[in-house]
Amino acid sequence: MPVMKDKELRIVGFLCNWCSYGGADTAGVARAEQPTDLRIIRVPCSGRVDPLFIVKALLSGADGVLVSGCHPRDCHYSSGNFYARRRLEVLKHFLPALGIDNARFEYTWVSASEGQRWQQVVTAFTRRIHTLGAAPGFEDAPLLMKTADMAPAPLRPLGTGKNAPLESLKQAIKEKLPDLACVIGWKQGYDDAHTTPLFAKKPEDVDELVWGPLNAANLAVYLPLFKGKKVGIVVKGCDSRSVVELLQENLVAREDVTIFALPCEGTLDMGRVNEKLGRYNVVGGIAHGATNITITTDGQEHDFSMAEYAQNKCRGCTEPEAVLSDVRMGDSPLVQGEAPVPQELALLDAMNLDERRSFWRTQMERCLRCYACRNACPMCVCRDYCISDSRDPHWMTQEAGVTQKLFFQTIHALHLAGRCTGCGECQRACPVGIPILGLRQHIARTVGELFDNYRAGIDPAAVPPLLGYEVEERNIREREWK
Amino acid sequence: MSAIRFATPDGLPAFLARLSENSRILAPAVKPAGKRSVIFEDWHEGMPVILEKATVPPKDAVLPQCETLFTYKKSKNPDNREDVALCLENRAEARPTVIFACRPCDARGFAVLDRPYLKGPFADPYYKAKRANLTVITITCASGCNTCFCHWVGGGPSSPEGSDILMTEIDGGFVLQSMTEAGEKLLESAGLDDGREVFAKAEAARKTAWASLASAPAIKTAPQCIAALFDNEQFWQEHTEACLSCGACTYFCPTCYCFNITDEGDAFDEKGGRRLRSWDNCMSSLFTREASGHNPRTQKALRMRNRIAHKFSTYPENWGAFSCNGCGRCISGCPVCLDIRAVVLNAIAAAASEA
Ligand code: SF4
Ligand code: SF4
Ligand code: SF4
Ligand code: SF4
Repeated sequence: MPVMKDKELRIVGFLCNWCSYGGADTAGVARAEQPTDLRIIRVPCSGRVDPLFIVKALLSGADGVLVSGCHPRDCHYSSGNFYARRRLEVLKHFLPALGIDNARFEYTWVSASEGQRWQQVVTAFTRRIHTLGAAPGFEDAPLLMKTADMAPAPLRPLGTGKNAPLESLKQAIKEKLPDLACVIGWKQGYDDAHTTPLFAKKPEDVDELVWGPLNAANLAVYLPLFKGKKVGIVVKGCDSRSVVELLQENLVAREDVTIFALPCEGTLDMGRVNEKLGRYNVVGGIAHGATNITITTDGQEHDFSMAEYAQNKCRGCTEPEAVLSDVRMGDSPLVQGEAPVPQELALLDAMNLDERRSFWRTQMERCLRCYACRNACPMCVCRDYCISDSRDPHWMTQEAGVTQKLFFQTIHALHLAGRCTGCGECQRACPVGIPILGLRQHIARTVGELFDNYRAGIDPAAVPPLLGYEVEERNIREREWK
Repeated sequence: MSAIRFATPDGLPAFLARLSENSRILAPAVKPAGKRSVIFEDWHEGMPVILEKATVPPKDAVLPQCETLFTYKKSKNPDNREDVALCLENRAEARPTVIFACRPCDARGFAVLDRPYLKGPFADPYYKAKRANLTVITITCASGCNTCFCHWVGGGPSSPEGSDILMTEIDGGFVLQSMTEAGEKLLESAGLDDGREVFAKAEAARKTAWASLASAPAIKTAPQCIAALFDNEQFWQEHTEACLSCGACTYFCPTCYCFNITDEGDAFDEKGGRRLRSWDNCMSSLFTREASGHNPRTQKALRMRNRIAHKFSTYPENWGAFSCNGCGRCISGCPVCLDIRAVVLNAIAAAASEA
């Protein structure tokens, strides 16, 4: 049915078959007067409502989305709405990060007998959407380019790992190697200033292992590929959280992975390093000081102090030591102070909704849809079966517009809700430098706020919050309908 | 006779403004970020003139990330519902476009794309329309860079292939030299000063650039060597272990030209349906997944083999030239620093030791 021009807005309702759909029916049978903007999609349970349904509707031009299910404790399938409550609450917090007013989305509970309540809900929600008016789009938002600041001073002295007991670690790896299919680490890449992943199978391969600020790549991304095989992995503190998250989700078995750890002294932000190096022919060498490295290109020396050139995440890092390991060496660093708001998130926080839409439009225009962000993410385990590539169900088109691209970022961010450890690999991998990490950080903060300061990848025994629920949620309140 | 002109740095905006009266100008633009990038964008008066090598080549000008090939609509005859009329609307669009300040490797990319798209048994009408309307102004490189290797694969810092105009920086400005008729026409009406007097300086600068390159290894035998390794799964596995299969390397490659075709929308809808052509890449598993579900290249190593072999073995076999221009982007842009140069050199060595 076409929307009545100028009178109606596009509101999509996802209604549970067992309650709210019946509630709407009851209201209809009772001839309760209701606005006509709502287009209802019947679902078997509010738990069936993927938050992406809502984002897709909003990005495709819906002015409002309403989800209604059975009251808590009243789910036909006993707990579907408990899961829904967590997911939908996270989404409600997340929408503003994209620049979407979260008043355009609401979820509530209406039972089959509550015709009157249904009337009240749909009337109030429609009125609200009419007050907000038609939803502004992304494609025509004015351009706005902004960049994140550098993170404040590091929480521990950063260094180059020069004095780390690398040789003893190599020895320990060699001892374990006979029982392992391989040990994943880093080795020198195409020149002295780049490293590349190492898959050590023979003792002489282990000699290639390097440790230091060039080891930015998070090698946990490879672990699920070895499922069923025994492998070793060398980790920095942040990488260890990815390993733990994989363990939490049973994507890797504890007995299959041997974790080797050295305390991390920070990794370089190669984006900024490369900007300073400019164009050069050859790297003539690299020298590690205690707190700085010197890269010589075409005979010219360039100095990079770790305090200034470390990745933002390293400056705010509170776990430079692995949170879980089998072989650990080196002295524990002293971390002082609280983690600051991550920089990409602070950038989003400083903008209003209109600015964020403009910001994302400006950023997403150059997205290549290469999905390096996805493939570099250690928690993106669907790999060759990502829903963004699927034609059936048909989540995304191949169109190159900014809403498709932003929708993909939303898919990634929401699929990582409560699972993302903030390792930053998605953003580091992006060949065109889009600051997509902010979206992940935004959700991680919400997850912490809603679920008792939960942080992903810390405790191997913890159940990720979106895989569970509580009957009485401590931090999720039902909203009033007036 | 080629046209030779001279422009001062201050004169470039006026030159571009003049060109933009009749054409779309695609020029490099800086995107500031923690990791800054340089992207080709529509240039308008008032925008700075950037001459840096771009992060992503201007391939989009002839092979857009996504383009609508045609739209289709179906309508039913109201008197006979069985009778359905199909209406197709072809969308082979092309606006006159000038690419400004791409690099020789980018320009050679167009030469690589031209062969399969124009010179095979069928010319692709969409590509052809855009290509016929394209003028390429290339800035020659003053030196090599750490990841590029144009001179290994038949190019060089002042290679003219694919360019209509070569532009070379000298003291105080730029010498612009037409390489094709289209380039000559453009320069003749560009309102720039004559550059013949300073042309020798441009030639000297080009020579200096060539001299700055490290000597290139011989890779002439790469096509045979890589073909000989076709069944050597171990070789390909060893060289692909670190690959994330993201395919970024193909999207910012000036010579990768694979695409996907999909239909969107509903033929019976008011707006009709759209047939889209969009970038696709051989590094992704989906690329070869067949309708039956069978996939001949589930292993990433076999996909890497395809990418390398296409550039260094099968394309040369078909067209007599490598389909890699050595721009180095797949090295500098790879999230895990995979090095295509090393794969090719190792393949040559491995084939020699196998034989
Ligand atoms: S979404 Fe990004 S930051 Fe989060 S785990 Fe994945 S790669 Fe790391
Ligand atoms: S890595 Fe960057 S360019 Fe590639 S899909 Fe992700 S955001 Fe887009
Ligand atoms: S960019 Fe690197 S990691 Fe990604 S597919 Fe290409 S070679 Fe593999
Ligand atoms: S294969 Fe790599 S080096 Fe060769 S043209 Fe493509 S991106 Fe450039």
